[in-house]
Amino acid sequence: MALALAPRRSVSRLRQVLTPLVAFLVALIVAGSVLAAMGKSLKIAAEVYIVEPLTSSWGVQEVILKATPLTLIAIGLIFAIRANRWNIGAEGQYVIGGMAGGAVAIATHGMGAPWILPAMLAAGVLAGVAYGALPALLRNRFGISEILSSLMLVYVAELLLDYLVRGPWRDPKAYNFPKSVNFDAAATLGPIAEGLKLHWGVVLALVVVVVAALVLARSLFGFAVSATGEAPRAANFAGFNDRRLTMQVFAISGGLAGLAGVIEVSANIGQLQPSIGQGYGFTAIIVAFLGRLNPMGALVAALALSMLIIGSETAQVMLKLPFDMTRAFMGLLLLCVLAGEALTRFRLVRT
Amino acid sequence: MSDPAIPLIRCRGLTKRFGSLVANDGIDFSVAAGEIHALLGENGAGKSTLVKCLYGLLAPDAGSIEVRGRAVHLADPEQARALGIGMVFQHFSLFEELTVLENIALGTAGARADAALAARVAEVSRIYGLDIEVKRPVWTLSAGERQRIEICRCLLQDPRLIILDEPTSVLTPQEAESLFASLERLASHGAGILFISHKLEEVRRICSAATILRGGKVVGTADPRVETARSLASLMVGEGVSDVRPPPRHERGEALLEVENLTVLPDVVHGMPLSDVNLTVQAGEVVAIAGVAGNGQSEFFSVLSGEGGVVRRGRIRIAGRIVTGSSIGERRRLGAAYVPEARLGHATLPQRTLSENLVLSWHDTEKVGRLALNLRRLKQAVQTIIRRFDVRGPGEDPRAAQLSGGNLQKYIVGREIERKPKLLVVDQPTWGVDARAAALIRQTLVDLSAEGAAVLVITQDLDEAFEISDRIAVLTGGRMHPPVPTRMTDRDAVGMLMTQHHDGRGEAA
Repeated sequence: MALALAPRRSVSRLRQVLTPLVAFLVALIVAGSVLAAMGKSLKIAAEVYIVEPLTSSWGVQEVILKATPLTLIAIGLIFAIRANRWNIGAEGQYVIGGMAGGAVAIATHGMGAPWILPAMLAAGVLAGVAYGALPALLRNRFGISEILSSLMLVYVAELLLDYLVRGPWRDPKAYNFPKSVNFDAAATLGPIAEGLKLHWGVVLALVVVVVAALVLARSLFGFAVSATGEAPRAANFAGFNDRRLTMQVFAISGGLAGLAGVIEVSANIGQLQPSIGQGYGFTAIIVAFLGRLNPMGALVAALALSMLIIGSETAQVMLKLPFDMTRAFMGLLLLCVLAGEALTRFRLVRT
Repeated sequence: MSDPAIPLIRCRGLTKRFGSLVANDGIDFSVAAGEIHALLGENGAGKSTLVKCLYGLLAPDAGSIEVRGRAVHLADPEQARALGIGMVFQHFSLFEELTVLENIALGTAGARADAALAARVAEVSRIYGLDIEVKRPVWTLSAGERQRIEICRCLLQDPRLIILDEPTSVLTPQEAESLFASLERLASHGAGILFISHKLEEVRRICSAATILRGGKVVGTADPRVETARSLASLMVGEGVSDVRPPPRHERGEALLEVENLTVLPDVVHGMPLSDVNLTVQAGEVVAIAGVAGNGQSEFFSVLSGEGGVVRRGRIRIAGRIVTGSSIGERRRLGAAYVPEARLGHATLPQRTLSENLVLSWHDTEKVGRLALNLRRLKQAVQTIIRRFDVRGPGEDPRAAQLSGGNLQKYIVGREIERKPKLLVVDQPTWGVDARAAALIRQTLVDLSAEGAAVLVITQDLDEAFEISDRIAVLTGGRMHPPVPTRMTDRDAVGMLMTQHHDGRGEAA
């Protein structure tokens, strides 16, 4: 006996809504079973993964802060993926954005002018746009797979940053540590209110979510993006220019990744160092799919994954869990959601 | 030999529902051995649902199916094949790069592309006059030859009942004749044939019985040999089908489409290059381009619309302006409109609503909104089209994929007509469309030309070409036979032109 997938004729609205919730629950049960099998206390696990990130002020703020770059990058990726273009290199665009913003901060070190912060943000976005445009250009001009070129450009970006902070941009007073000078207050994206850790980047991310949701759902451009992904021949019939659209979605995803990079560098890290990446650009791919390629969905998914990451950091101490378990849990969650989505559209039949 | 009194297949009270839609409603029907039985009905009448039930692709909700007197439950096509039921689908499923024999082996359970299979193919071909060259790669074959592979593949299963879904839609008249000869030979060997077609003339020509479906029910049986095409059509649609009314006399005006010495390389593998094509379409006339699929029609359409093709030489003018390198949007702004052959995935986005699908061809010339699509205006416009062109589907604003072929085609044609085009280029306007929708679409095209537009119709349906055109050109092997006035030629003359210049790709007449 074997199992096969047969398409369902109709999918109820209720099922569509319930699926991600059920998938989340299944992932939770499986993860819990794994932890129990490892002999870990489920009570402590629930505490570190769920209760603390949701109840303590520190936890909630951390979750939101980590969700910010994930949301920004995922929103950009949604444009690309909806158009069936695969930008796997958001991590590189993020690094380049952070680097460009950081360059402005380093160059203006000690000046303390009010235009510095806007200039940093602009530099980050533009650098991300330019870096994101490279794979699009290569695809349009030479037919090179954007999957490969965008991914490989991640390493180029990371190594470039590594070289800069060890060489020309190294802080001479940092005892040979590979890091730049600490940014001035004028180059730091500050908190929304006194005593809060939440910075203005969080607000910016929320604005981006709303704008992206409107653009995708209502504008002609958003329609062209989705049409290109859904039926390229129909998009061609409509006269939507495939190459220009490729450039546009890569520019958007690169630009938002760059924005995320500069926000992170300015608001959270406060300097350039080799490891500004942290894998947000890759995790955001999961966020985009968990959010079902929908900006609001991506926001929720980013918060969920952020919670998981924060929980895992505590779990390293409290449960003696290796941090790699985080990746395993993320994979588990994605698997459950994708399987759930497949099962809403198909049903299992015995053959 | 089985008892001839027991039908090969019989269904009683067969009912199939999709949600609230009853696609088949208590169908009683049977096919006897040695009979060529036509299944007639408009699109959406339930023909495909019925044959899918008979072939095990769908499970009926109620009723029974008997094969040679024994009640059966068909869980899948494999079971149907084991009971001697074979089916030849409208669309071929063949691998272009593989040879005929390899394709047959792939589609036949437990077969390998070896000498034994070749011998069986040769025998089947000889008995039924199928004329198949097993060593040729499929991409070198004409549609008729491809269909013969599918039929041969079906016959190798030794079926008692063969179901053919619109088998002549891709054939030249001459190829159709040779198919009919094979079918008659099969029937004389005792097989039953269930023949689905919209072409009433050919049903009258070869079928000895007909069952007519309307709205999911059997509304009658007829002996097509004693009926006229008109009386069969009336049974199908339930009321008189009007012929296309010729427009009032009107003058031809300026040339709105001019194609000069156009040589085009295809941009897809195995596409047909166009060489030195010349054609002019004037305001107030319908020009038809006849020809069998694969002779450059799609390439011609896409170079006229600006969607594809690499122009090597020559030029295209729309309303006097050279547009050879222009985008489809620029051409639309000059007053051109296009209806591609493929309804889903080319003319429309299958999962989008009809109002959203307006955006595809409207955004260049109509006010649909850029920053925020004007959804309300689009919804209103769709209602106008739905009313004017009698588009029927579930709900106010259904998704394209929810409409039947005929209704979707009416919508697509309506979408372009609403733009009041000066030039309309249509590829296969009524392909797979029911009789009533086809009549409405043809009338619309004729009326549009009467209002002073230039209409170019690329069609494989010769009857259609003769019914609506003022002039007929023939495209064959990527070359254009210059148009001749329709009333000065006839089917045979055009049919002969269609089979010439196949350049080794098809059977030269």
